[in-house]
Amino acid sequence: MKPTNTGGPDYYHKVVDCQWACPAHTPVPEYIRLIAGGRYSDAYMINWHSNVFPGILGRVCDRPCEPACRRGRIDKEPVAICRLKRVAADLKDDIKEQLPKAPEKKNGKRVACVGAGPASLTVARDLALQGYEVSVFDAGKAAGGMVRTQIPKFRLPDSVLDEECGYIIDLGVDLHLNHWIDSLKKMLDEPWDAVFIGTGAPRGRDADLPGRKEAAKHIHIGIDWLANVAFGHTTSIAPRVIVLGGGNTAMDCCRSARRLGGADVKVVVRSGFDEMKASPWEKEEAMHEQIPIINMHVPKEFVHDNGKLKGVMFEIVKAEYDEKGRRKLVPTGEPDVFMECDEVLVAIGQENAFPWIEKDIGIAFDKWGLPVLNAKTFQSTLPKVFFGGDAAFGPKNIITAVAHGHEAAISIDLFCKGRNLELRVPPNFSLVSQKMGIHEWIYDNQVSEEERKKVPVKALEKTLKDIKLELELGFDPFMACSEAERCLNCDVQTVFNAKTCIECDACADICPTECITFTTNGEEEDLRTRLKAPAKNLDQALVVSDALKTGRVMVKDENICLHCGMCAERCPTGAWDMQKFFLQAAQAGMEAPRT
Amino acid sequence: MTYLAKPKLLRPDTPRNALGYTKRDYEGSISTLCAGCGHDSISAAVVQACFDLDIEPHRVAKLSGIGCSSKTPDYFLGNSHGFNTTHGRMPSVLTGAALANRDLLYMGVSGDGDSASIGIGQFAHAMRRGVNMVYLVENNGVYGLTKGQFSATADKGSKSKRGVVNNDTPIDLVTLALQLGATYVARSFSGDKEQLVPLIKGAMRHRGSALIDVISPCVTFNNHAGSTKSYDYVREHNEAINRLDVILPKDKITATYAPGELRRIVQHDGSVLHLRKLHEEYDPSDRVGAMNYLQERAALGEIVTGLIYVDSSAEDLHRYLNTVEKPLNQLDDAELCPGSAALHALNESLRGH
Repeated sequence: MKPTNTGGPDYYHKVVDCQWACPAHTPVPEYIRLIAGGRYSDAYMINWHSNVFPGILGRVCDRPCEPACRRGRIDKEPVAICRLKRVAADLKDDIKEQLPKAPEKKNGKRVACVGAGPASLTVARDLALQGYEVSVFDAGKAAGGMVRTQIPKFRLPDSVLDEECGYIIDLGVDLHLNHWIDSLKKMLDEPWDAVFIGTGAPRGRDADLPGRKEAAKHIHIGIDWLANVAFGHTTSIAPRVIVLGGGNTAMDCCRSARRLGGADVKVVVRSGFDEMKASPWEKEEAMHEQIPIINMHVPKEFVHDNGKLKGVMFEIVKAEYDEKGRRKLVPTGEPDVFMECDEVLVAIGQENAFPWIEKDIGIAFDKWGLPVLNAKTFQSTLPKVFFGGDAAFGPKNIITAVAHGHEAAISIDLFCKGRNLELRVPPNFSLVSQKMGIHEWIYDNQVSEEERKKVPVKALEKTLKDIKLELELGFDPFMACSEAERCLNCDVQTVFNAKTCIECDACADICPTECITFTTNGEEEDLRTRLKAPAKNLDQALVVSDALKTGRVMVKDENICLHCGMCAERCPTGAWDMQKFFLQAAQAGMEAPRT
Repeated sequence: MTYLAKPKLLRPDTPRNALGYTKRDYEGSISTLCAGCGHDSISAAVVQACFDLDIEPHRVAKLSGIGCSSKTPDYFLGNSHGFNTTHGRMPSVLTGAALANRDLLYMGVSGDGDSASIGIGQFAHAMRRGVNMVYLVENNGVYGLTKGQFSATADKGSKSKRGVVNNDTPIDLVTLALQLGATYVARSFSGDKEQLVPLIKGAMRHRGSALIDVISPCVTFNNHAGSTKSYDYVREHNEAINRLDVILPKDKITATYAPGELRRIVQHDGSVLHLRKLHEEYDPSDRVGAMNYLQERAALGEIVTGLIYVDSSAEDLHRYLNTVEKPLNQLDDAELCPGSAALHALNESLRGH
């Protein structure tokens, strides 16, 4: 293998698995260290810069960072990154003074954002800070979009939403609520320099089965029902409820139903338990609230008596896989199962819908009804119109919407300045030695052996009675510190210098996970098998050094490095150093550093 | 300066040996030697050897004298028996322990000062008596604990860190051991675990006194230009005569060798030493030849490493003294004190009628 090029922003970024996995590339280990140090406001600001909604995401993020967490590969569970984010939001001081201000003098460019969800608000924040005049239009009565209408209040209280949407509105964003845009054509007639569309995936998929029309009064589309609950239009549900679907919306539906009078609520899913789309923790929480999840049942018919719903008929299936590994659900031949219920919530998916976008104004849509976009710039086929969030590529999650927002804001900024949208600024990064003295580092390199902390919750009886009562209490400072200490500091990189290495083996001997090997060079495939611990995780890179004095090379497998710094502590010549890699993804208005 | 303990987290696919132990289970406390010390590599090699041999840690006794080398038993086999003796006295304490309990595996850890200076007399007698032990010398040619004066193994003409030239003739413990009757004699280098680990394994499975002289650079006081025990110098002048693989009775032999390339030596316990010859003419069963070879090569400035001599049918001190099969702590009162009649019979047998 050629010596690994660890320059540039990408190599070390990939080692920080959590940050790499985060669509918005939040510098996770950095803010976790700040939490461990009790610097909650600073931790919040690091988050706010990258992901805009730390308090919201600290409660309801899909947390792609956690499955990626290196700790999860070596310990039972990853670091509770998401809930630590909430700690920063909960325990911070008033950070208003630390928030950047929009420039007094505007740049004369006007941008409209349609929808006031996380994608639009991110665009609004990034552009407002650059002196743009941004207007946001939303049909709802408060900002937040689907985050406000879909996510039950017992998971995300309005106060958190109000606070974090407020920080953006306070930058001078012109927010128009209860304002339904019914024609993009009309909007484009107005002098906007650019329009951003972040209207989400607002249409819930229906279950078109016999009895659906007749029993319509007792069958609700999940996301519409959740919106009605959020706005207080729906305040009760019948005692026996069946929720159809296995995604996170289904979990929100069943748990909301439990709180609105549903005594016998069950979730019935077509697929097996493990293949359900819902996050594992959301399934756990539903089961904690005494909601059974019934798998491998496909709904066949809504059984009713003159429009009065009696229950749902299910066919029992099993999964079969063809030679290509594709799954097919086939009936087992067992008799169908009838489950009694009074109401049904259908949460089997969401779709995009743009009835307000005229077909003849130059915006192309693909066969799935999604806008044709440049995947990097989020620009549509009409140059001044950009899309982001669920509206861009179909339903994803909040943090993805935020990431889209940042990219779209960069594009809009470049577009308004008449620059090439493809020439994007690379992320800002630095690599700084953490050495303070012999065996002394700026970071705490002792690896905690604590287990993952469970977030304390309020008593179930209490929270099931009040749909607005937040279930989770969040970590207290002691739990937060203990959980924060579990972070392996993957951003503190093991940086190797072949020139000063004397090949004494000290690093290879001390490494607790045997990720360092001195050996003769070879092709990657062969090299991976010859290491002290074979490098089986192909997603994780090998660092190969320049040739050493003996002609051998140093090979390090990044996969299970604990970043404990022992290699550097035992190195007699300083050939190893622990250096902190800090990266912030590019945002609108950032210029490339001069070289 | 703090020394953090090694984190206990293990890789999910951490290998386990036949006893269910991981290599980490054979480690000791964290080393407080200088960073980069060759001795730490030797500790790691001992850990690897014991792991590979499925050795039960509580069946090992590690004894040492005084010095940097003699500190190292703290850094491996944390669950084994240990004894830090006075300076240079490890061999006699070990001999006593071995006589009292022959069931343990004895590992004597010493250095060039402990064995070639203050303890040279003890060293000599352990070798010539055939004490069943692994005698590991961590040889760096300097007194590290007293700031780097030449030790008795420092080569004539080598330079100290401050530029002083050594005029004394060095003691070669390998040559001494050969002359004194050791039955397993090897030399290795701390920077070459591929060579060192099998040599330790072979020694642990050898009956009789086994000496391994390991050149172990002192990064602080003896790793400069002009030193003959630096990483660079040893790498440049290392002449490996053979490569050893230790094959246990349970192992399947998978490696294949060209005819004449391999020498198979079966030890008393059934373990097989596979020696891949690197020097065609070298015969590790010829004691006199080995001594001659060493002298010739040393005169050329080469450092001969590998398994230099082995007598696979060697006996040990217990056989010579015709001691009882059981360790003393397993004998009951009647066996230990057979009574006045037995004493009388013994006395009678000694009278010259």
